[in-house]
Amino acid sequence: MEFTTFVFYVLAAIMLGAALGTITARNPVHAALFLVLAFFTAAGLWMLLQAEFLAIVLIMVYVGAVMVLFLFVVMMLDIDVARLRHRFWSYLPLGAVIGLLMVAEMALVLSGKYFGAEALPGQSMPAGYSNTKELGRLLFTEYVYPFELASVILLVGIIAAVMLTLRSRKDSKYQKPSEQIAVKRNDRVRLVKMDTVKDEPAAPAEQGGQ
Amino acid sequence: MEALILNFFQWFWNLFGLWDSIWPWFQHVWPLAWSILRIVSILVPLILGVAYLPYFERKVIAFMHVRIGPNRVGPLGLFQPIADGLKLFFKEVLVPSKANKKLFIFGPIVALAPALIAWAVVPFADGWVLADIDAGVLFLLAITSIGVYGIIISGWASNSKYPFLGAMRATAQMISYEIAMGMAIICVLMVSNSLNLSEIVRAQDQGRFADLGLSLLSWNFIPLLPMFLVYLISGVAETNRAPFDVVEGESEIVAGHMIEYSGMAFALFFLAEYANMILVSFLTAIFFLGGWLSPVGFLPDGHWWLAAKVSFLLFCFLWFRATFPRYRYDQIMRLGWKVFVPICFAWILVVGVWMMSPFNIWK
Repeated sequence: MEFTTFVFYVLAAIMLGAALGTITARNPVHAALFLVLAFFTAAGLWMLLQAEFLAIVLIMVYVGAVMVLFLFVVMMLDIDVARLRHRFWSYLPLGAVIGLLMVAEMALVLSGKYFGAEALPGQSMPAGYSNTKELGRLLFTEYVYPFELASVILLVGIIAAVMLTLRSRKDSKYQKPSEQIAVKRNDRVRLVKMDTVKDEPAAPAEQGGQ
Repeated sequence: MEALILNFFQWFWNLFGLWDSIWPWFQHVWPLAWSILRIVSILVPLILGVAYLPYFERKVIAFMHVRIGPNRVGPLGLFQPIADGLKLFFKEVLVPSKANKKLFIFGPIVALAPALIAWAVVPFADGWVLADIDAGVLFLLAITSIGVYGIIISGWASNSKYPFLGAMRATAQMISYEIAMGMAIICVLMVSNSLNLSEIVRAQDQGRFADLGLSLLSWNFIPLLPMFLVYLISGVAETNRAPFDVVEGESEIVAGHMIEYSGMAFALFFLAEYANMILVSFLTAIFFLGGWLSPVGFLPDGHWWLAAKVSFLLFCFLWFRATFPRYRYDQIMRLGWKVFVPICFAWILVVGVWMMSPFNIWK
């Protein structure tokens, strides 16, 4: 067995375990962390396929940003596990059908007969081949219009999300940092010039109780 | 270097006349042994640096406060880090009874591991790098973005209010400043035309001033000055150092995610924070200050220049801490999103136009 094959099986085993953990863990935070592990091992598998750009971007985007926000939300939710499991059996048939459908689709693609997965080029690339550079070249030359279109759609999505969730109440109070920072000393403190006044020395008090 | 060490081994074992019997199996082990040797030669100085950085921090801040600083343990207090380390090592690691025990132990490990892994792609001099990969910058961005998990996990697993607040603050702050840092790096990538850290340094040794023997003036920090400042300040925020240390703000949430930790578990967070500081200083020096390049032509290039630049940047970290009061939380968010990100966008545009114009200085 080649070493890369060995690495593949180790990573695949960890990934399957993590994926199982994601759907069986009782604690949602544990489930999210298992999903992080699954992403990590998936990145490792892609690295084995010499897709280093995709592998690193998977970690950067999904592990580094998306799952952090996911955890952020999951940790703050007050999830009642008993209520979640309450209607498990009534949802089971629907879930099973969707699961089987996904397995069938995957089998269809991976068996390679209809989608040409077998016709993909082999892994042998020249030594100086840079995945990142090739991908960038393709994105910005051949596919530049679809790429720009996708970015515009994403921008619309961002603005829509902000507009839908941004609600401000009329009676809430804000601090405006730009105004606070722009404050000058003269706005807050007034220096008053005063003459020094010399008090008359008070007459020495009567000394009592000799 | 590799041949030198192999020759030394050959000479050593030949003293006993064993080389010929060892070599047949040793040649299979050697690549692994060589990698481990290089990893150790990066990690040992790093850990030493991490141990002595708090000492210098206390000394520098003490001098800025007109105090003396640690001076009891050993000459000039130089054994202070060892005493601190021993104390932490012998303290009990307490696990709160209501904490999530596995994740509680796991948190500090996740905080430290990325801070060490990232060193794999950092070049110390021309060719002195553990993994000279083309996607080095991407690798760094990916690995450093994992560090926040240590804080979130430990904050949540402690099952206590203050650690949780610290974790929330850390998440928001680190994700926000990662964006500004990434944008600043994009400018560097544009002008150096490579994702390889060694190539980025070499690209700063080209141009009119470098040919005149003034490499100093061709470093990235002059044409990309706004990005240099954005990167440096975001680096301070990313490592949760003062004045952006609301994650562990003592006066508000005691010590954030570190409250429930003691002994070595606490020490791991400490190690991670200082290792990250050193890493950010190295990266700033590599991206903007010419890495191992000598500032003037008549002095030779070498790792000592990188060390000098990094020492200065680390001093700046300590200097900031002694100088600035802590930012309010909303001001930190405003600075990240409303000031740095727009500056970065604008400068990416400026650099793009500059590179397309006849005044392009990077060709």
